[in-house]
Amino acid sequence: MRKLSLLLIVLLLGACATEPWVRPYEREALADPLMSFSQDPIADNVRTHVLEVREGARGAGESHGGGCGCN
Amino acid sequence: MLALLLAAFYVAPAAAATLPEERADALYHYYSGGGVDVQGPALLVRKNFAEKYSVSASYYVDSVSGASIDVVTNASAYSENRSQFGVGFDYLYGDTLMNISYSQSDENDYEAKTMVVGLSHDFFGGMSTLAMGFSRGDDTVMRVDTMFEDTIDRFQYRLGWTQILSPTLVAAINYEGVAEEGFLNNPYRSARVLGASVLERYPRTRTSNALGLQANKYWGDRSFVTRLKYRFYDDTWGITANNIELIFSRRIGEKSEVGLGGRFYVQNGASFYSDNFDQEYLYMARDKELSDFTSVSFGGRVSYELFRDRGRFAKGKLTLMYDRIHFSYDNFTDIRSGELYEFNANVIQLFFTAWY
Repeated sequence: MRKLSLLLIVLLLGACATEPWVRPYEREALADPLMSFSQDPIADNVRTHVLEVREGARGAGESHGGGCGCN
Repeated sequence: MLALLLAAFYVAPAAAATLPEERADALYHYYSGGGVDVQGPALLVRKNFAEKYSVSASYYVDSVSGASIDVVTNASAYSENRSQFGVGFDYLYGDTLMNISYSQSDENDYEAKTMVVGLSHDFFGGMSTLAMGFSRGDDTVMRVDTMFEDTIDRFQYRLGWTQILSPTLVAAINYEGVAEEGFLNNPYRSARVLGASVLERYPRTRTSNALGLQANKYWGDRSFVTRLKYRFYDDTWGITANNIELIFSRRIGEKSEVGLGGRFYVQNGASFYSDNFDQEYLYMARDKELSDFTSVSFGGRVSYELFRDRGRFAKGKLTLMYDRIHFSYDNFTDIRSGELYEFNANVIQLFFTAWY
């Protein structure tokens, strides 16, 4: 049991040693602004606000806080 | 065994976390739909220091004119202006980015104060990012025509994981939970009981869960990007919602970018919503945002690089965004016509961005 625990710990810590399978020099496309999850934060905040005041759902987006401004 | 442990602690050279980019945005937004026009400016400025610190400031204004169907049918008052300002501070330590921000929103009948703290950390040579955050909101709800005043306490929890899957594919999963307690309805809006108006009554607590998935793919041979988003939502009021969005973006030449996208949202309404109650209940709502409805939107985006390396600015860009949204309600009636309510909205954003 002790050996098994040790092996498990080694395997878990081994995850930290994982060589990135996408090397930094292969990330040109990923660094393109078009690939950003929020290319323009200011515009995303406005759009999220427009939708959240007119829909019941909220969250798992980019905006925080704010009042209503919704009539 | 020692060699195994040492090997386990070896961390491959990482693409370290970075501060948000230094930029300033000046934006004008315009919304028109359902009898309401909302417009105003927004500003966002960010400056980094010593490659470790970043400060940001934002300002946003909603100027509301016209009257929504709620106002028309209930003859209720509504706020004319909302202004919001915010400040934020980020600190980068190794692969960890910490941030704290504060925002305050003011209307003549609503005040909102929100404090946000967050942390993100890059793992596995920058392949994965874990992000978490907590925010605390403190709102005050008022009426302009009486001394009515009540409060809302809000707690938000966020947890997210972003994963690079290939040199052209990145995906993220985000969870957000919100717990609110206080006066959660609009103090002006009325429900209908056998056709008669009665002020709405909502539960004083609401807890929600939202799970979002997103994947961005770069199609190198055609030089365009697709973004696919999906979100599932449910809460203790009985609302469940799903939305899915797909966006195509690409460059045209060296200076222009274009994007086209569509979004579909469907919602099952709150358990205490009714278009017209058959008797009085403990909780009663007739807010169309709590009804059963769908919304479909299509939109586009065009941006053009105005200059590069001019004075102290690295780049300047002008962007125009347009969305047309159609809302279609399944159990909310326009009592002026007796028909189920629907409306179209146009959303325009025009903004200038300078990087430095």
